[in-house]
Amino acid sequence: MIKVKELTKKYARTIAVDQISFEVAKGQIVGFLGPNGAGKTTTMRMLTCFLPPSAGTATVAGFDVLEQSMEVKRRIGYLPETPPIYPEMETSEYLKFVGKLKGLSGADLQKRIDYVCDRCAIGDVKKKLLGKLSKGYRQRVGLAQAIIHNPDVLILDEPTAGLDPKQINETRDLIKGFAGDHTIILSTHILPEVEQTCEQVIIINKGRLVATDSVRNLRARARGAESVVLEIAGRDRALDATIVQHKLEQVSGVSGVQCKNQVDGRFIFEVESDKGRLVRADLARTVVESGWDLNELRPAAMSLEEVFLQLTGNEAEPVPEKVVAEELSA
Amino acid sequence: MRNVWIICRKELGSYFVSPVAYILLVMFGVIFGFFFWNALGFFVIEGMEMQMRGQAFPMNLNEQIIRPLLSNVSVIGLFFIPMITMRLFAEEKRTGTIELLATSPVRDLEIILGKWLASVTLYSCLLLFTALNFAFLFKNGNPDWKPLAIGYLGLLLQAGALLAIGTFISTLTKNQIIAGAVTFGVCLLLWVLEWVSGYETALWARVLSYISVVPHFESFARGVLDSKDAIFYVTVIFLGLFFTARSMESLRWRS
Repeated sequence: MIKVKELTKKYARTIAVDQISFEVAKGQIVGFLGPNGAGKTTTMRMLTCFLPPSAGTATVAGFDVLEQSMEVKRRIGYLPETPPIYPEMETSEYLKFVGKLKGLSGADLQKRIDYVCDRCAIGDVKKKLLGKLSKGYRQRVGLAQAIIHNPDVLILDEPTAGLDPKQINETRDLIKGFAGDHTIILSTHILPEVEQTCEQVIIINKGRLVATDSVRNLRARARGAESVVLEIAGRDRALDATIVQHKLEQVSGVSGVQCKNQVDGRFIFEVESDKGRLVRADLARTVVESGWDLNELRPAAMSLEEVFLQLTGNEAEPVPEKVVAEELSA
Repeated sequence: MRNVWIICRKELGSYFVSPVAYILLVMFGVIFGFFFWNALGFFVIEGMEMQMRGQAFPMNLNEQIIRPLLSNVSVIGLFFIPMITMRLFAEEKRTGTIELLATSPVRDLEIILGKWLASVTLYSCLLLFTALNFAFLFKNGNPDWKPLAIGYLGLLLQAGALLAIGTFISTLTKNQIIAGAVTFGVCLLLWVLEWVSGYETALWARVLSYISVVPHFESFARGVLDSKDAIFYVTVIFLGLFFTARSMESLRWRS
């Protein structure tokens, strides 16, 4: 449905998006993941024909975003980071305006307005001014305008940003409900969101593609070796970390032992084992037979968060996306 | 064409839903009413003086009231036009709704034309107030309506030109105040540029006074449809809208 090939966007001083390529199949929900300033918004703006790419191509439903932008625009529903609403309009008036802009008219338009109001649960604010709506409602009106012309592709830029937890859940469920009818790309920098909502993940960082895979594969891929976390304490006397480490290293299948932390004579070790070897039972026996207490033993499952940090190189530097956004609208 | 109408309707909606349109209408009405009242006062005094001196000077409503008033409106308009156009694009850029317009299957030109037409429509509503005053003249006297019609045509053309310039300036910033102030400055300059022709006849002075919008209105105020002046205004409208289109495009490429 969406094919992106070596898509690049250069601004005067920076490269916001650097040769990104990916494909999205029909009906999928794809999470577009990256730290702030990774180039998510810029990529989405290129897909929605708001910004022309500097190089590379992108096609939506077989139409090129640069050459056949009208056809692309007809097939795309877009929710920018802040819902594009006119505060002085009533909800129904606004949806009518957007519907007309997207080419709907007459009975068709009315049917779609009723449908999206029902779908996005905004029927009760139809006659209210958009400027007076709460953030959650505004977001839902934003979603409603994105699907009003029943587009093949939905592009949602941080659809849950700034909402409270309850609203976030509602919005996520709503988006999940759109899958199948629409192909969806949603951007976020919140990882659980991707784990809960998406089937596929595209991770970008500093304008470059880092990984594109299914959520499950990605987690498995980054884990590599199995690792186990142990908390050990001495029964009567204080423990010597090096002795414990030595003992643990001798368990067969263990490839590495690291003392992570030490609190009040309790030690936390992380033990890595070769892939496919189950060493937990042996570790437990070793600890107990040595006369120590085994307070805790658990697999150190990597969350998507760690996968993400591992893939993006764990940096936390300030990013130019906001600057770019400001320049754009200046 | 349908899209132009959709955008135009939406713009008119936001003019008339907010107090903007009403404040402009009332202010324009009051100011023009004052001008009209004055013109009428002078006309009456002059008429009485003529009578006392026993002269049979031909009193003419068209020459003595309508013509100077039309010139006044053309200048008052300069002050109102920035207030009409300043929000057109600046507001959309500030709130991000420009993204909605730009990602809808609508051409840039349709957006621009729709917004410009809405601003011309609002200006026409202001002119309706002046028509009310002139109606009073028609009820109590018998001025010639043809020069007045030409005068209105001139006002619309002049306003159309300045509104096109204002629309262009509104695309340059997301701050309404900046858009308004710059438009006001430009309007004011386009009014006073002709003053140089009072003391200088070199080429640059002639060029400056030519691009001034006010002298081109003279012929319309007299009730003469001079194609030279009409073409000037139409050209400025065209240029203004053309630059608006270029500006919208560069917004995408440059940023």
